[in-house]
Amino acid sequence: MRPYTDQAVSPSAGDAAADRPGTEPAAAGRPGDTDRRRAWRSRRYRWDTKYSPYAFVAPFFVFFAAFGVFPLLYTGWSSLHRVSLSAPNDMRWAGLHNYTRLLEDEFFWNALRNTFTIGVLSTVPQLLMALGIAHLLNYRLRASGFFRVAILTPYATSVAAATLVFVLLFGRDYGMINWALDAVGLGKVDWQSGTLSSQVAVSSIVIWRWTGYNALIYLAAMQAVPNDLYESAALDGATRWQQFLHVTIPSLRPTILFTVVVSTIGATQLFGEPLLFGGAGGQKGGASHQFQTLGLYLYEQGWFNFHLGRASAIAWAMFLILLIVAGVYLLIARRLRRSQ
Amino acid sequence: MRTSTRTPHRAVVVAAVVALGAGLLGGCAEDSDDPDGGPGNSGTDAGGRTTIEIGTFGVFGYKQAGLYDEYMKLHPEILIKEDVTERVDTYYPELLTHLAANSGLQDIQAIEVGNINEIATTQADKFEDLSKAPGVDKSNWLDWKWAQGTTKDGRTVALGTDIGPMGMCYRKDLFEKAGLPTDREAVGRLWAGDWQKYVEAGKRYKAKGPKGTAFTDSAAGLFAAVNNGYAERFYDADGELIYKDSPAVKTAWDVAMQAVEGGLTAKLKQFDKAWDQAYANGTFATVSCPPWMLGYIKEKAGAAGEDKWDVAAAPKPANWGGSFIGVPKAGRNKAEAVKLAAWLTAPEQQAKLFDKQASFPSTPPAYELDAVSGARNPYFGDAPTGRLFAEAAKGIPTLVLGPKDQQIGTAFGDVGILQVEQQGKSPEQGWEAALKEIDNAVDGG
Repeated sequence: MRPYTDQAVSPSAGDAAADRPGTEPAAAGRPGDTDRRRAWRSRRYRWDTKYSPYAFVAPFFVFFAAFGVFPLLYTGWSSLHRVSLSAPNDMRWAGLHNYTRLLEDEFFWNALRNTFTIGVLSTVPQLLMALGIAHLLNYRLRASGFFRVAILTPYATSVAAATLVFVLLFGRDYGMINWALDAVGLGKVDWQSGTLSSQVAVSSIVIWRWTGYNALIYLAAMQAVPNDLYESAALDGATRWQQFLHVTIPSLRPTILFTVVVSTIGATQLFGEPLLFGGAGGQKGGASHQFQTLGLYLYEQGWFNFHLGRASAIAWAMFLILLIVAGVYLLIARRLRRSQ
Repeated sequence: MRTSTRTPHRAVVVAAVVALGAGLLGGCAEDSDDPDGGPGNSGTDAGGRTTIEIGTFGVFGYKQAGLYDEYMKLHPEILIKEDVTERVDTYYPELLTHLAANSGLQDIQAIEVGNINEIATTQADKFEDLSKAPGVDKSNWLDWKWAQGTTKDGRTVALGTDIGPMGMCYRKDLFEKAGLPTDREAVGRLWAGDWQKYVEAGKRYKAKGPKGTAFTDSAAGLFAAVNNGYAERFYDADGELIYKDSPAVKTAWDVAMQAVEGGLTAKLKQFDKAWDQAYANGTFATVSCPPWMLGYIKEKAGAAGEDKWDVAAAPKPANWGGSFIGVPKAGRNKAEAVKLAAWLTAPEQQAKLFDKQASFPSTPPAYELDAVSGARNPYFGDAPTGRLFAEAAKGIPTLVLGPKDQQIGTAFGDVGILQVEQQGKSPEQGWEAALKEIDNAVDGG
């Protein structure tokens, strides 16, 4: 896959585009033109090929600067201040106080821990199941198009709608899951009150929404694995399972890494699911904050307790955590590339 | 030839991109300083009418009760527009940022009772003083309601709309099975004057009431109901935090803990889905009931609850909920907005609103009007709700509010009490957790 992407990148670079056949000859093909007009025209073409790609990508970067970079920097700036939402213009310099305070803040560590455990609880089963589903869909199936669309439908539902349904399913008194557990004699579970049970419930919403999406990505990668690899493996007497382990998985490694990165980012920012799962006053993430993620804690501090400076510091802490995670992945990716 | 076809193309594309970008950016800019855009730009529409915008949350009911139409008929030169945000916890932070930016504000802004103290103490200079506005008569309002919207130096930044005097809703059928009285006068006498008597009634219910039902919905709701009956709850009159040892909090906490330990609660969290479902299934017998709760119960309990619910006086008068409206100085049509605000909060209009929307008036003269004094609620066994709530309203103490009331109340209700009620922790653990939560919320550093 890599060589293709390398080629795909080069035409968009300005210099490479200047070599494109057709532009120069077209300008030179008129003997009657004066030298000046010719030079002007050729200069215009050079500018065109050199600068217009920038003009085309500029809108994205302008918007990114306005809605991405600026808020990021401004958040960093306010994280160094005491700011209240009731007077957002009244910023008092606090230095690194908001950050040192976070280090001693047990609610922050609790949220970090929850974010990590919910992240693991949701990402690992999600990716394993996605791999399995992709493998099954890779077989010759009747109505394979239908199944492929079907597994993507959870992804197309809104977080709010999905979570509200799960809240009903996981309800303590009238939930369908408890009804089923009760029917087989296992007894009811107070899903929201327990630490593990609430985290499993939140994770299940994430798993439900994202498994199909990852499965499709895996499926696309699987279809790019050359068939002769399987044929030769079969000739060597490898079973289906062995083929999956020794042919499919190694070929999918870059894709798996990609999905792990994307899921990790998603898990770090997890917000909507636990917020809505918590019902009224969901920003607390349960009576003991048992499923309060970093995103929820940020929201609670900023928009419920009105400590904008502290919320900004949490936002930057999350950003730094993601940078560290990205660094780790980069190392792994480099290791993987070398081993191939 | 290629040049002549290519250049226009490119020009078109570039123009389109520029137009799109400019449009989007322009859209943002317009949004932030001019919420209504279009015809309302200068506050005047094509027909020469002055537009007044009202920003509210939830259901204020002015539109539904036909008050806007009535006002526009009286004043043909006025056009009223309402901008509704559904949840107050979205509405209020937005209002604060708009106030800070001095733009994006409506001509009239609604303020919830949980936020009125913060507005009156920190944002007062951004609102018009309504105390001497034409058509505003201080003596119309309940003293405490007027005081909540007024600053220390006597500027009234917001006029009271509705209040939430509490009654106690109860299920007649469940009370009967538990051997408790069902007549609303008798039920009121059962616990009159003392929340401890309410707990005792709960114990009687627990002993004989139907299995699978509880005496009340939630300990947190009980805590709030008891607590709200005191003048000083979390803050004292000087604005000092006293929640750690105020008699109000202590009494309310004790009553709530007795209810938990006696198994009197259905272990629900108010406004959760499960709470709604419990109404539909009729699994608890009592709930603290301000006027707006009657509509909520009717909606959630539906036809199955018809004629099963009734409403009696609460052990002690207390207030739950209510709102205000203020006129920001940054508004465009302040003079007209003040007139409209005064009209909307006058006793006659408040009475009409109660009649149509069950928002209870904060102006006692309205209680004498037929729309209130004669009001009965058919869903609640024809209870004389107007008289009952008016009685409660007169007994409500002048609540001392503080800027972090909401956060402190939630720390007790959603953390401390819930840990004991739902997670089986000891009352001491719950109390500690609530205090820790409050420390984190009120610490400004």
